[in-house]
Amino acid sequence: MVDTKVTLSGWELDNPVIPASGTFGFGKEFAELYDINMLGTFSFKGTTLNERFGNETPRIAECTAGMINSVGLQNPGVEHVVKYELQEMKKYFHKKVIANVSGFSIDEYKQTCEIIDKQDNVGIIEVNISCPNVHNGGMAFGTDTKNAAEVTKAVKAVTTKPVYIKLSPNVTSIVDIAKACEDAGADGLSLINTILGMRIDLNKKKPVVANKMGGFSGPAIFPVALRMVYQVYEAVKIPIIGMGGVSSADDVIEMMLAGATAVQVGAANLVNPYACKEIIENLEGSMKKYGISSLKDIIGGAHNG
Amino acid sequence: MERVVFKIKNNIKIAKNVYEMTLEGNTSAITKSGQFVNILIEGLYLRRPISVCDYDSNSLTLVYKVVGKGTEVLSKMQEGELDVLVGLGNGYDTSFAGQRPMLIGGGVGVPPLYNLCKKLIAEGKKPSVILGFNCKDEIFYEEEFKKLGVEVYVTTVNGEYGIKGFVTDALKDKDYTYFYTCGPEPMLKAVYNATKTSGQFSFEERMGCGFGACMGCSCKTKYGNKRICKDGPVLVKEEIVW
Repeated sequence: MVDTKVTLSGWELDNPVIPASGTFGFGKEFAELYDINMLGTFSFKGTTLNERFGNETPRIAECTAGMINSVGLQNPGVEHVVKYELQEMKKYFHKKVIANVSGFSIDEYKQTCEIIDKQDNVGIIEVNISCPNVHNGGMAFGTDTKNAAEVTKAVKAVTTKPVYIKLSPNVTSIVDIAKACEDAGADGLSLINTILGMRIDLNKKKPVVANKMGGFSGPAIFPVALRMVYQVYEAVKIPIIGMGGVSSADDVIEMMLAGATAVQVGAANLVNPYACKEIIENLEGSMKKYGISSLKDIIGGAHNG
Repeated sequence: MERVVFKIKNNIKIAKNVYEMTLEGNTSAITKSGQFVNILIEGLYLRRPISVCDYDSNSLTLVYKVVGKGTEVLSKMQEGELDVLVGLGNGYDTSFAGQRPMLIGGGVGVPPLYNLCKKLIAEGKKPSVILGFNCKDEIFYEEEFKKLGVEVYVTTVNGEYGIKGFVTDALKDKDYTYFYTCGPEPMLKAVYNATKTSGQFSFEERMGCGFGACMGCSCKTKYGNKRICKDGPVLVKEEIVW
């Protein structure tokens, strides 16, 4: 028997596989296909204080080994999320979830996190300071060490649950931002969010997505994500949830060797709704193949020696 | 929704840039006309959504136009298997049709109306069909609809065949109890303005997942935000915001 259990800030997960925010909704669509209680947990759709429609369509573009999205944090607002989605969720998901929160001002982050913090089925608050698809917010907090630290401090001051800050790769040094968040009291880090990218329609000679640019995700970004997790692992002591293009059990192991305690799976869920189920089912086989008996033991393993 | 592996039985060109693909596999996840499938195409990342033209328990017919890389690759496949998500979208609701519903299709908006037409006939209704195309070599499925025994009116924008003009020109003197339409957005808008009864519109949008998870294809309606892939692609006239 192999041991797939990992622990995030005292919360033991059956396995490190977590569907990433924005690719899994509130789990409902996937719960119709398989028992999602097999997941380590999942990170629900990025939630803001007020309801948001998001950006104009088209919001999606095809890329080589990936995709671009410019959804722009469409969500029903935190009140609706805690009153309906989180209650409804209890019927089909019996574990705690990761609450992904975004904002457009420090005050908004605070208010939203305060409400989320009171929910019994939330295990971790994942604060997104890295959405590339919204103006005057999101990524603006994640590309500056001072702002990143300020959001972290503000959220920590009003919450009791572990706070993980979700970092943007669209920076000169992700290590500096990571350290700033750790110093400001973050309990963990999630990285990476999508990479700012774009596509141009050759027939129309105009950007494919209405918002011109969007977040690039999918297997194409895996090496970039892996490199950043590796670098951040060397610089901080708090746990890292690694993500970016993870699509297989082998990718999970590689990400953990780079320094991730748990791993999120994003774009893969959209192409194959059973992606996380299959990754979990394949995990034991991959572990045996590489002579791993406990996943806990391999975290940051690539740094040794 | 179900993920099913289909076998390609046939893939033939039936009009300018338009192909008809017949697939063999389990279609039990399809519950209504106007639903779509999402096809994994080798070498491409995202699946490609294509409306269901017709189906029975073990076969699926798709009619699609080559508009980009995905459909181009698809058009060249003569054999092999396809990984398909089946039974996506809400589809058309036939319960509002009345006795004489009008089916209005434009270009590759025509295919989903074919199975709908069959269903309406099976329910004892007397549908009529208006098929709009730009020119003669784009026309397809006129004969197929006629074989179902319904009145078929074909329009071409350049007047090469049938009624000269748009689907709304053919609609002018017609009498109908309800309508179902699918086609390019400018046509849908014109149909919206030209029709006197209520009806259902099938919309198209670039999709990420096709099953409601990514919020890539959202639209605003009078009844709130909807996902074209999951809450649509069919919207009723009364809820549409242009």
